[in-house]
Amino acid sequence: MTYSSVLIQFLNGLAGASTLFLVAAGLSLIFGVTRIINFAHGSLYMLGMYVAVWAAEPLGFWWSVPIAALAVAVFGAGVEIALLRRIYGAPELLQLLATFALVLIVKDFTLWQWGPEDMLGPRAPGFSGAVEIAGRPFPEYELFLIGFGPLVLGALWLLLTRTRWGTLVRAATQDREMAGALGVNQKWLFTGVFALGALLAGLGGALQIPREPATLLIDLSVVSDAFVVVVVGGLGSIGGAFVAALLIAEIKAFCIGLGFSQLTLVVEFIVMAVVLVLRPWGLLGRVPAPARGAGGAEPPLEAPSPAAIGALLALCGALALVPALSAGYTLVLLTDVLVFALFAVSLHFIMGPAGLHSFGHAAYFGLGAYGAGLLLVRGGLPMELSLLLGPLAGGLGAVLFGWFCVRLSGVYLAMLTLAFAQIAWSVVFQWDAFTGGSNGLIGIWPAPWLSSKTAYYYVTLALSAGGVALLWRALYSPFGYALRAGRDSPLRADAIGIDVRGLQWAAFSLAGLFAGVAGALYAFSKGSISPESLSVPRSVDGLVMVLLGGIQTLTGPLWGAALFTWLQDAVARGIDYWRAVIGGVVLLLVLAFPQGLTGFLRRRSAA
Amino acid sequence: MLELRALSAGYGRAQILFELSLEAKPGEVVVLLGRNGAGKSTTLKTVMGLLRTRAGEVRFDGQRIDRLPPYRIARLGLGYVPEDRRIFTDLSVMENLEVGRQEPRAGAPHWTPERLFALFPNLGRMPERLGGRMSGGEQQMLTIARTLMGNPRAVLLDEPSEGLAPVIVDQMAQTILALKKEGLCVLLCEQNLRFAHLVGDRAYVVEKGHVRYAGTMAELEKNDAVREQYLSV
Ligand SMILES: Nc1ncnc2c1ncn2[C@@H]1O[C@H](COP(=O)(O)OP(=O)(O)OP(=O)(O)O)[C@@H](O)[C@H]1O
Ligand SMILES: [Mg+2]
Repeated sequence: MTYSSVLIQFLNGLAGASTLFLVAAGLSLIFGVTRIINFAHGSLYMLGMYVAVWAAEPLGFWWSVPIAALAVAVFGAGVEIALLRRIYGAPELLQLLATFALVLIVKDFTLWQWGPEDMLGPRAPGFSGAVEIAGRPFPEYELFLIGFGPLVLGALWLLLTRTRWGTLVRAATQDREMAGALGVNQKWLFTGVFALGALLAGLGGALQIPREPATLLIDLSVVSDAFVVVVVGGLGSIGGAFVAALLIAEIKAFCIGLGFSQLTLVVEFIVMAVVLVLRPWGLLGRVPAPARGAGGAEPPLEAPSPAAIGALLALCGALALVPALSAGYTLVLLTDVLVFALFAVSLHFIMGPAGLHSFGHAAYFGLGAYGAGLLLVRGGLPMELSLLLGPLAGGLGAVLFGWFCVRLSGVYLAMLTLAFAQIAWSVVFQWDAFTGGSNGLIGIWPAPWLSSKTAYYYVTLALSAGGVALLWRALYSPFGYALRAGRDSPLRADAIGIDVRGLQWAAFSLAGLFAGVAGALYAFSKGSISPESLSVPRSVDGLVMVLLGGIQTLTGPLWGAALFTWLQDAVARGIDYWRAVIGGVVLLLVLAFPQGLTGFLRRRSAA
Repeated sequence: MLELRALSAGYGRAQILFELSLEAKPGEVVVLLGRNGAGKSTTLKTVMGLLRTRAGEVRFDGQRIDRLPPYRIARLGLGYVPEDRRIFTDLSVMENLEVGRQEPRAGAPHWTPERLFALFPNLGRMPERLGGRMSGGEQQMLTIARTLMGNPRAVLLDEPSEGLAPVIVDQMAQTILALKKEGLCVLLCEQNLRFAHLVGDRAYVVEKGHVRYAGTMAELEKNDAVREQYLSV
């Protein structure tokens, strides 16, 4: 690589860093004050892109940028007022879920408004040419972006340190209750911060349109990039976001410049891993203060009574009788339910008893599915062996990712699991030659003796019920008790010699393995796999199932999975914009029961 | 000016305050005395709206404030100084004062950083110092100064003498008497009886969330039985 190409790649990286910084800074700012991780931040960026492309047509690029940024800011303020205000007191997990519901709704809104095709933006008038740098042409617009990022950093710094509003924001970031007791109206402060964060995201998106087309896939890829930046830079630190954005964008630029664009993700992953090991709270971040007035310990999970075990066995027996009574679609649907029941139970295993709130559990489901599919298609293994060995891919993925994840907790953990899932998705999505890329793999059918719906149903029933039984058995072993001790009081558990992290890692890996079993079963039931099987929405499906059923109950995930799978099937067959419908239902549930369904039911029964 | 009528409050399932009543007038320093865990801080938090009132009412200048959010209460001219100080450690002294600043209020002394620096000369020497880099005594001064920036007509002070060196304690007493002279109504939590005697006009003795005794500071001084029963450690 010559000197000049190094320079050019470096400049490319700087340009990319600017938009990345805008998004991450907004995310960080919003989190600092409201303590909400805005999963929909990438969606705001996407909206900024689409609005800008749309407005540039009649008005020209330079008008479209501020218009898009303002439109997104207004939208953000509306979301804050209508939605977030109602859930500031709700458990973290529900807040995350609510912002994720927004992702689904914004995506479908964009699809409805602008259609599924990518939309190309105009060039930036005045910056459409190229200048010569080190003997090579370099786009003027990139130079503009290079200057713009630090400009925004400077403006934000002035805003936060030189204005009364900024002082109040910093005060509220540290202790919002005290700020309130001093007469600061948090409502409008929060709305303002959210609008500013949205403005930055919208601005980032709008400025990106001369560089790349607006697509419906950009939301999750941007938000997971922003998560990586924020995790690396330190949550709540604007300066950290800037440094980390530079770092990540440079890495990307050099990987692409060297012709290894597939490596981008791997290198990004390695950087994040190194930072997390050396500085768990990011380059410029600080150890988060323990939450004030955290909720009480969760009630213990009671071991199922003999009667309950009997009922569950009877349920299995009843399920085994179903093929005798009906066939066709019922069996297909029930097979799905069984697969997702195992998936949900494996997620519940780490979320409930281990207290690890994963937003990327589908990664292991998908890895299991691809593991099985690839062993069959590329490895030429018999179907039976593929089904049994494929899940190991999920388990191994969980071993690798879990090692990092268990070092964090709370929202950091949620962000990291999501980022890992997005990385896994991107690898599968981009690696055409091996995984089939966006088309996925086809021809993954069961062996002939299992190919009837009934036979495959029995296989699924056996493996799912077996998996669920094993996971539940583990919960009531010393391992499970130690795991819960680690969740409820990590320090005390540590003190009595429990290796909390090690246990959590083991739990994470085990859960990944069983999610992998579910994934492998799923692959053979459909005959094909697509990257969707490890996409972030699939992870959220799992979360909804667990929360719907109730995280503090043992069998909740089963009922949640059944209800959700049935609902999705019914809705997806009838409605084009089913994502928005699901998002809307989730939002309504969160708004109606901000303490969760089980919390609600428990209060009802206590009253 | 400040009136609590049969106030009940608590955390979660635990009820801490049981129909607690008291009042304080302008230009008066009222001391809330009681042992650890008696419910003194809880009373102030409830008045400030940081904790929900479960029953009873709180009136400020005749207006009910027990359903208002804390920022509205603060904007009516009721200042609050928490027991753990809760300085914004990332903000400088001047910025901490800025967070507390409100518009001048009719019928209340108007505070500016200059006036506060005259009252707390230590703070005036370090306007750019970060809150986190100050000694406990300096933080205590700052938290009071920050509340005064809101030009309150009444202040709730939670154990302002706690953890301070004796010299600073005396200085704090002088400050409170100065506020009283300005016509402020002061409701003060204390465990330090000596300090209470220095500044207090009247006292309420609280135990387990009930008011057990009410009277002037001078009367309390003579009443060994009450002191013995509810205050000695
Ligand atoms: N955040 C809280 N959650 C639950 N209980 C609390 C909380 N804060 C205080 N308590 C309980 O409320 C009771 C009264 O506490 P409070 O802080 O009002 O006492 P206090 O009179 O101010 O005592 P001290 O002199 O120690 O400050 C105590 O039993 C305490 O354990
Ligand atoms: Mg107290």
